[in-house]
Amino acid sequence: MKETTMDDIAPPLTRVGIIGWIRMNLFNGVFNSLLTIVIVLFLWYVGPPLIRWLFVNSLWGSTSVACRNAAGACWSVISANYRFILFGFYPYDLQWRPSTAMLVLVCLLLISRNRRLWKKWLLYAWGAGLCCMAVLMQGGVLGLTPVESTQWGGLPLTLLLAIFGLAAAYPLGVLLALGRRSKMPAIKILSIVYIELIRGIPLISMLFMSAIIFPLFLPEGVTINKILRAQVAIIMFTAAYIAEVVRGGLQAIPKGQYEAAETLGLNYVQTMRLIVLPQALKIVIPPSVSILISAFKDTSLVVIIGLYDILKTTQSVLANPEWMGFSSEAFIFLACIYFVCCYTMSNYSRRLERELGV
Amino acid sequence: MHSDISSSPSGAPERVSSFWDDPAKRSLVYQLITLMVVGFIGYYLFSNTIKNLHRQSIATGFHFLGKEASFEIGESLIGYSAASSYARALCVGILNTLKVAFIGTALTLFLGTLIGVARLSTNWLVSRLAAVYIEIFQDVPVLLQLFFWYAVFNDSLPAPRQALHPIPGVFLSNRGLVFGVLAHNPVYVYMGGAFLTACAGVYCLRWWAGKRQDKTGKTFPLLRSGAGILLGLPLFVWLCGGAPIAMNVPHLAGFNFSGGVTVSPEFTALLLGLVLYTAAFVAEIVRSGIQAVSKGQKEAAMSLGLKPWQTLNLVILPQSLRIIIPPVTSQMLNLTKNSSLAVAIGFPDFVSVVNTTINQTGQAIEGVAMIMTVYLVFSLLTSAFMNWYNGKIALVER
Repeated sequence: MKETTMDDIAPPLTRVGIIGWIRMNLFNGVFNSLLTIVIVLFLWYVGPPLIRWLFVNSLWGSTSVACRNAAGACWSVISANYRFILFGFYPYDLQWRPSTAMLVLVCLLLISRNRRLWKKWLLYAWGAGLCCMAVLMQGGVLGLTPVESTQWGGLPLTLLLAIFGLAAAYPLGVLLALGRRSKMPAIKILSIVYIELIRGIPLISMLFMSAIIFPLFLPEGVTINKILRAQVAIIMFTAAYIAEVVRGGLQAIPKGQYEAAETLGLNYVQTMRLIVLPQALKIVIPPSVSILISAFKDTSLVVIIGLYDILKTTQSVLANPEWMGFSSEAFIFLACIYFVCCYTMSNYSRRLERELGV
Repeated sequence: MHSDISSSPSGAPERVSSFWDDPAKRSLVYQLITLMVVGFIGYYLFSNTIKNLHRQSIATGFHFLGKEASFEIGESLIGYSAASSYARALCVGILNTLKVAFIGTALTLFLGTLIGVARLSTNWLVSRLAAVYIEIFQDVPVLLQLFFWYAVFNDSLPAPRQALHPIPGVFLSNRGLVFGVLAHNPVYVYMGGAFLTACAGVYCLRWWAGKRQDKTGKTFPLLRSGAGILLGLPLFVWLCGGAPIAMNVPHLAGFNFSGGVTVSPEFTALLLGLVLYTAAFVAEIVRSGIQAVSKGQKEAAMSLGLKPWQTLNLVILPQSLRIIIPPVTSQMLNLTKNSSLAVAIGFPDFVSVVNTTINQTGQAIEGVAMIMTVYLVFSLLTSAFMNWYNGKIALVER
């Protein structure tokens, strides 16, 4: 066959290269062509003014007075207040501590990205890292000045609520999932009632409960601070969602695995710990990342009960008459922070899903 | 573990050890212990609460519901004033929540489906834009989006006197969105009646067409005739009624608009935030649902000679809807639950009204219990409907 081929004829110009791609992807058919034209026109009208507002005419380090007369965005509201937005009322000259804590967290997350490093020592590293972060935030030992948790705020608080929330909710969620699949009616019913009750109500009602009703539950004279109460509410809330995800994983384990474990003479705890859970938890890693993402986004709700997370610190900057009216810029900045965090996580979750083949 | 069995010389099983060897008895003990622990915690918290309430001299119970609420509510579907009772205020709240939930659901389904389909478009630009939309709106907390839209209304839009009017009869200002509506006319009531009659007629027609197709194999142009009846009958009534087109157009009076319909900034911001956020999730569900139907199904349908819309209607949609509907329902439930964030921007939904009630009366436990009950009822009703629907469309395997 090879000898009979004629000289290669170049494919028609309209089929390959840039023109071919444009024809294939933008102008394949009358309707698509019209759609492309409409969208290009729309982008043409919206794009340039938006870019001018965002970048060209914007002010980055000016005073608020200069901003009032500017035609573009006033990013100065961020640059003038970023320390308060990021750290809230944390003492100004101690702010290296929450920064370090966040750095530790980011390092741990970066290390955990690599699946080959998922060994036992990584779990210990996480434990150590979380303790280290708590010590850095709280102080009081190793010669660090103690900082009241009422002064915690900003991004560290948001991250703290999300990460500690997930870390504490996971064991609880696994227990609930096992309880829901248990053959003991009392335990099964208790688990089902808990899970369905929590999943049926909005997080905000849990937060209200933590803010107003938890204090009533405690004996006289005992008080727990507001952040811890909100953290408990978030843990209780997240646990129900984790339980449902883990249940999905447990259901995916074939019956033969249980029977094999039974044949080997393993008891319930051994079966779960050595055979079932390692497989089930591996399946549910990607959905767990999604839960982490929504927990991270949901921590913003603590604004409503008056905790100074990053959304609330931004709002208080905007309540200052000097910076009033620049809320679009401030909220866009916040949206970028949330977007970068969530997008990275969801990208990672998608990659894991591909790699684990589940 | 049980060395005592071997130690009994006669070989008779030892009673003491066999109690633990019996799984049924063992599980009974476990359950008893669990129940006792839960019961004890419950009792401990309950007794603490009673003591604390007693100490702060807060009366429990729902007697406060009958008292005068003495706070104003900005928007209400039923008659309400500060002199009404707390019970009525709470009803207003529930109705407002339902209003947001229904309108939000309808808009979300529309937008979500549109974007989900756009994501699968062969047009690169459309598909990319849809992807960008989904990523951005999924990854920003809904509360932040609510604040953003509310801030846009408050900071960026002009006062009513300088209101923007993109289309004649529609005004956008920091007091909300105002638009003209058709002035009330009895003909519209008859048109509604005509539409309902048309619906019944189309239903009967469909039944008849199905029967005829089963018997003779002949198809009936149901889509065209149905649309004709649904549109034609009300139109006929409208023409018979003298074709009224009088509009109730908003106009400036003092510092605000009068006439027309006003949608408050709070409601608009809440709806925008919830719809744009949830639509991103619905779009992802719709996309994966459509992609989940294998290509062979479409090819098989086409090789059977089905027309494109028949392929879509009879082969693709029934299969993808089965995948799409359960997660979409849970998104709708999420939207309803997220509507409780209205409290942050001051729209008087149920949570916001209860919050005010708690602040005024101090009945925190009753208030939070009411919030939980109402949302639980919503979600239980939805899941009951879902189970019924799932049972109806579930794949019948032979």
